[in-house]
Amino acid sequence: MSKVNKIKKGLNINMLGAAEKIIKKADQAEFYAVKPTDFQGIRPKLVVKIGDKVKAGTPLFYDKFQPEVQFTSPVSGEVVEINRGERRVILEVVVRADAVIEYEEFIVGDPANLSREEIIKVLQKSGLWPAIRQRPYSTLANPNDTPKSIFISAFDSAPLAPDMDYVSKECTDCFQKGIDVLSKLTDGTIHLNLNAEYPAAETFTEAKGVQINKFTGPHPSGNVGVQINKVDPINKGDIVWYTYPQEIIAIGRFFEKGIYDATKIIALTGSEVKNPKYYKIINGASIKNLAAGNIDDGELRYISGNVLTGSKITGEGYVGYYDNQVTVIPEGNHHEFLGWATPGFKKATASRALFSSLLFGKKFRIDTNINGGPRAFVMSHEYNKVFPMDIYPVQLIKSIMIEDIDKMEQLGIYEVDEEDFALCEYVCTSKIEVQSIIRTGLDLMRKEMS
Amino acid sequence: MKSLRRYIDKIKPHFEKGGKFEILESTFEAFETFLFVSDEVTSKGTHIRDANDMKRTMAIVVLAVVPTVLFGMWNTGYHHFMATGQEGTMFEYFWLGFLRIFPIIVVSYVVGLGIEFAFAQGRGHAVNEGFLVSGILIPLIIPVDTPLWMVAVATAFAVVIGKEVFGGTGMNIMNPALTARAFLFFAYPSFMSGNSVWTHGMIAGEGIIDSYSGATPLAEAAAGNMDKLPSVAEMFIGNIPGSIGETSVLAILIGAAILLITGIASARIIISTFVGGIVMGLILNIFAVNAYMELPAYQHLLLGGFAFGAVFMATDPVSAAQTAKGKIIYGFLIGFLAVLIRVINPAFPEGVMLAILLMNVFAPLIDHYVIEGNIKKRLKRAKVKA
Repeated sequence: MSKVNKIKKGLNINMLGAAEKIIKKADQAEFYAVKPTDFQGIRPKLVVKIGDKVKAGTPLFYDKFQPEVQFTSPVSGEVVEINRGERRVILEVVVRADAVIEYEEFIVGDPANLSREEIIKVLQKSGLWPAIRQRPYSTLANPNDTPKSIFISAFDSAPLAPDMDYVSKECTDCFQKGIDVLSKLTDGTIHLNLNAEYPAAETFTEAKGVQINKFTGPHPSGNVGVQINKVDPINKGDIVWYTYPQEIIAIGRFFEKGIYDATKIIALTGSEVKNPKYYKIINGASIKNLAAGNIDDGELRYISGNVLTGSKITGEGYVGYYDNQVTVIPEGNHHEFLGWATPGFKKATASRALFSSLLFGKKFRIDTNINGGPRAFVMSHEYNKVFPMDIYPVQLIKSIMIEDIDKMEQLGIYEVDEEDFALCEYVCTSKIEVQSIIRTGLDLMRKEMS
Repeated sequence: MKSLRRYIDKIKPHFEKGGKFEILESTFEAFETFLFVSDEVTSKGTHIRDANDMKRTMAIVVLAVVPTVLFGMWNTGYHHFMATGQEGTMFEYFWLGFLRIFPIIVVSYVVGLGIEFAFAQGRGHAVNEGFLVSGILIPLIIPVDTPLWMVAVATAFAVVIGKEVFGGTGMNIMNPALTARAFLFFAYPSFMSGNSVWTHGMIAGEGIIDSYSGATPLAEAAAGNMDKLPSVAEMFIGNIPGSIGETSVLAILIGAAILLITGIASARIIISTFVGGIVMGLILNIFAVNAYMELPAYQHLLLGGFAFGAVFMATDPVSAAQTAKGKIIYGFLIGFLAVLIRVINPAFPEGVMLAILLMNVFAPLIDHYVIEGNIKKRLKRAKVKA
């Protein structure tokens, strides 16, 4: 049996609104979107225009830097909107779905008989290549690299995260097929990382061709970056690829059926959801149908993803490519009289500075107020308590702030991603935007190395 | 509260860019956020933020200091009455101390915050809450009869030279409160040392009875008068002469408990400072060539400003070492050096201030070596693989 990696530092934020284990099939959404902003480091080039008819699997745009990589429509229908942001950056390509979905047919074949190049080619065409990403930088995997290993985090430890065992358990065959495909892409090990705190689904425990690593401990134990750091840390020049169970299932299904079927299961969570449950949807769906009648009143924050790393969407927004959950929490745009001096029984904190820290196990309704204001770095021991890697977080952040490339490298920038610092950002009394600093550092580093 | 909020919203535009009182923008923001926690919401990164913030953190430190303030007020009155050969009630002691000490606190805050507000405005920053703590610590580490103008000058020196020239809160090398004390110590030594400065009224000298010496236990010990040291119980309770807030180990430990329970001060630093002091005390005991060196090691922790320095000064997160290992080394050396300076150096009866300031300067170096270790480990790992 593999040894259990115990993660000691970290934090589970106790929030209201975990999803009940019931999978509902949501009514098909009217609109679906692919968001170029979900993919780190790409420059999208459109291949469709408004009014074009597409099938599920028809390319919508490609990446200027890797033109072979297509980003395809998850449904068939008509391109109805191309939303742009500042400086005409493409934010969303929206497709109105047909009632019955038509699929592009791909000739796939049995992965066991295909070469690495053939597999890569067909994945790039299908729109599933972006499912595989790389560390460092968390960009799309580059097929010209040979990764030293592939990591799969098969559990999500983020606040209110869906149970990946539960959402994957019906798809054991597809999962195995996906693993078989991945094994063609690397000569190294495929690491499948499980949570040792409960028995994992057979989908994972019975998987062949993988090395199973077990982890215990609070969030971020489910973050793939933390797992890599514990099992086989990234050194300068190393490239590790990573992906997640639902993406692997989609790859497996693609090789099974020869079509881009982007079905996945997401959890609708958060304190403002009346009945938090799991939903079977097609990737990129608008959440309008899920939200209808199931959300409390008030000013709300809709998040595709979890509260730490997800992206803000509207009540009719779209589920992100990599996201397995949608979270709805109250907005916190209200003043509080002498709020810093209240005993704080109702406010969640990782510190022991509020009385709520005495209420073990209490679940909180947390809003989006930043609870203070931005300040200079003062408290030096907060980040260490929630950052389990063998890296000095404050020093790394400071080296990024002064753009010292050598120091960033020495302090371990290759091993980290924004999401690994999300808890640092959450606990920060100085309210520093840690994740965006880390992203700046990663971008800087990538530019320097290319 | 709603009407107050409405009033603030009404006058707010005057203080924003382009308003009549634009120059007071930072000041207005400081007072506004003091009254009402901001309605700002997360815009990027995490969607939720911990309920703890800098205001609450600093408020808890101030709360932790309060027992020493109250005890210092009582102790001031107690010693004044004793020195003049009078009897008084507990309330009279306290009231006299309050009348002496409250103005010092006010001067420290007004001068310090005034400068902080001005710098914040100049830099276009929000006002940092750090001075709320420094402002109460400065009065506690000086003798009670320090003239108010000296308090003002020292505070200004500490904030400008000790903090703002380095870039403000979070950037300073040395503890601002100790910088203020060091300034006074070297600029006006006659008000900061000797036997007559510790008790209210002794510098003026009126009505002081002959049998009252006013000497601190440290001065007695340095002079070799070990028989004149107060009892251990007195040193612990703190009814002995000394700087305003440093005498009562009991009050300081209450503060330490608050800081440690809330997790705001580093237990590593506090404990390692005490350990450092004991180790040096024991080393001195081994050699024991004079009476002072024979003093039981644990009594060093009760004497002078040791406990106060360990709990409230060494733990300043900005000027202390930042890494976990570094904190242990930093704290240990503070305790170690404080006792060494105190016993061996004839020029300084107390060594805590100098030990902490010295280690403040060395803290970045300690961190540098701790982090260098981490960097080497990473390089080695890469080489083994290659």
